[in-house]
Amino acid sequence: MIGTKRKTKKLLLAAASAILLLLSGCAQDKEPSAGGAQAETPANPDLILATTTSTQDSGLLDVLIPEFEKATGYKVKTIAVGSGQALAMGEKGEADVLLTHAPASEKKLVENKDVVNYQLVMHNDFILVGPPSDPAKVKEMETAAEAFKAIYDSKSIFVSRGDDSGTDKKEKALWEEAGVEPEGQWYQESGSGMGQTLNIASQKGGYTLTDRATFLAQKENLKLEIVFEGDKSLLNIYHVMQVNPEKNDKINSEGAKAFVEFMIDSKTQDMIAEFGKDEYGEPLFFKDAGLSEDQVGG
Amino acid sequence: MELVYSGLVKAFRMLITGDPEVYRITLLTLRVSGTATLISLLFGIPFGTVLAFTKFPGRRLLLSVVNTGMGLPPVVVGLWISIFLWRSGPLGFLGLLYTPAAIIIAQAVIASPIVAGLTAAALQQIDPKLRLQIKALGATGGQCLWLMLKEARFSLLAAVIAGFGAVVSEVGASMMVGGNVKGLTRVLTTATVMEVSKGNYDVAIALSVILVLLSYLTTLWLTLLQQKK
Repeated sequence: MIGTKRKTKKLLLAAASAILLLLSGCAQDKEPSAGGAQAETPANPDLILATTTSTQDSGLLDVLIPEFEKATGYKVKTIAVGSGQALAMGEKGEADVLLTHAPASEKKLVENKDVVNYQLVMHNDFILVGPPSDPAKVKEMETAAEAFKAIYDSKSIFVSRGDDSGTDKKEKALWEEAGVEPEGQWYQESGSGMGQTLNIASQKGGYTLTDRATFLAQKENLKLEIVFEGDKSLLNIYHVMQVNPEKNDKINSEGAKAFVEFMIDSKTQDMIAEFGKDEYGEPLFFKDAGLSEDQVGG
Repeated sequence: MELVYSGLVKAFRMLITGDPEVYRITLLTLRVSGTATLISLLFGIPFGTVLAFTKFPGRRLLLSVVNTGMGLPPVVVGLWISIFLWRSGPLGFLGLLYTPAAIIIAQAVIASPIVAGLTAAALQQIDPKLRLQIKALGATGGQCLWLMLKEARFSLLAAVIAGFGAVVSEVGASMMVGGNVKGLTRVLTTATVMEVSKGNYDVAIALSVILVLLSYLTTLWLTLLQQKK
């Protein structure tokens, strides 16, 4: 009997030590981060940035966010989702600042005063990628609309994001421009991010619309090549904007303002222009701060 | 297959060199899922005990609800916890969304029915004659309960293992309520999903190896506790 008691005690002791271990782990969290020349911590340091997956998946934010945090003392919580969801978060006041690439949808938020301080940041372009054999002969087409029409006519597999992201919105607009409604076995919606969608297209030997940054970052793993590029309608334009602080009293408008200013600052813009040159031999984004939307890519 | 090889090499290297980012993610995973499991024990074991030993109207109905809860999809939990924790939600004033605490809450909700259900099953399996015997020997209610729990300790530890296994491996809820924020709420599963979508398969494979190792070592520790003579 005494033996079992001891066993139970040991068990309890083990559990207690486990709890202590976990709690001590929690305490480590509070350690101040290294680096002496940090800015003073603002009154409300938590800043929620809702953005598209391409800014995270391309690695751009990993370069920019630490710079911003060091310069201002804010702590950025980056929530990388599709542009549709990012904009919805802004509309509901669940984020403080947005960085997205769906201008048509963004304009609605600007008109409704859901967002303020709407600024052009950068662009790159969308490209149409597909299997090297190019069964729909997209490479021979002159415009993006014709390219999409060719895929529609040949009923070649096309993998759509289908997730209301910026890329998805652009794709839907291009089908409309081509005057066709994609439907049928050949048109497949992945419902997932750009990286995953590229994988699916590669595995199925299908076409898909992608932003250039994500494609370049993943190219080596894919059996896909660029089949159409360069049309003006394929511009992929990124804007940064503050969520209207009047939405609720938890919105960190000062932090959001600081982030918008940081993104259009000339030093940040130069970092954007340089990003990816080393690794891919070409830039992934082009700086646009201060331009009007019509001037972009001109 | 080359990819798998380079992933394994990467995992090994990350573990040996103690890559600080991987180390932090691994530690956070252990801490979050460990805490969530402990909380689920605090709720699940008493609740399961009540379900096993008391008779009240609606008990079987409640038990069936708990048993259904054992298969509660993490994304469903994630969605509902998110709605509650939104700034505009009823618990928005706490400011918990996109913090490790939010993941702990979600994971505790996922693990609690598992622990409760398995506890109830474990206790119900004990021969009812034993209870009569203990009572006949003059044990108080508390002593009797304690002895019964001890009798079922193997199954109870199995419940702990199942609870921990469920939360350390889920990704849906962690992604939704945690947001996969770098250095704050990025755990092994959400990091793996992100690395796959970045196309960094070798890193993703490395993270998956680390996750399985972590899961195995924790379970090994619990199993040794369980099997101790």
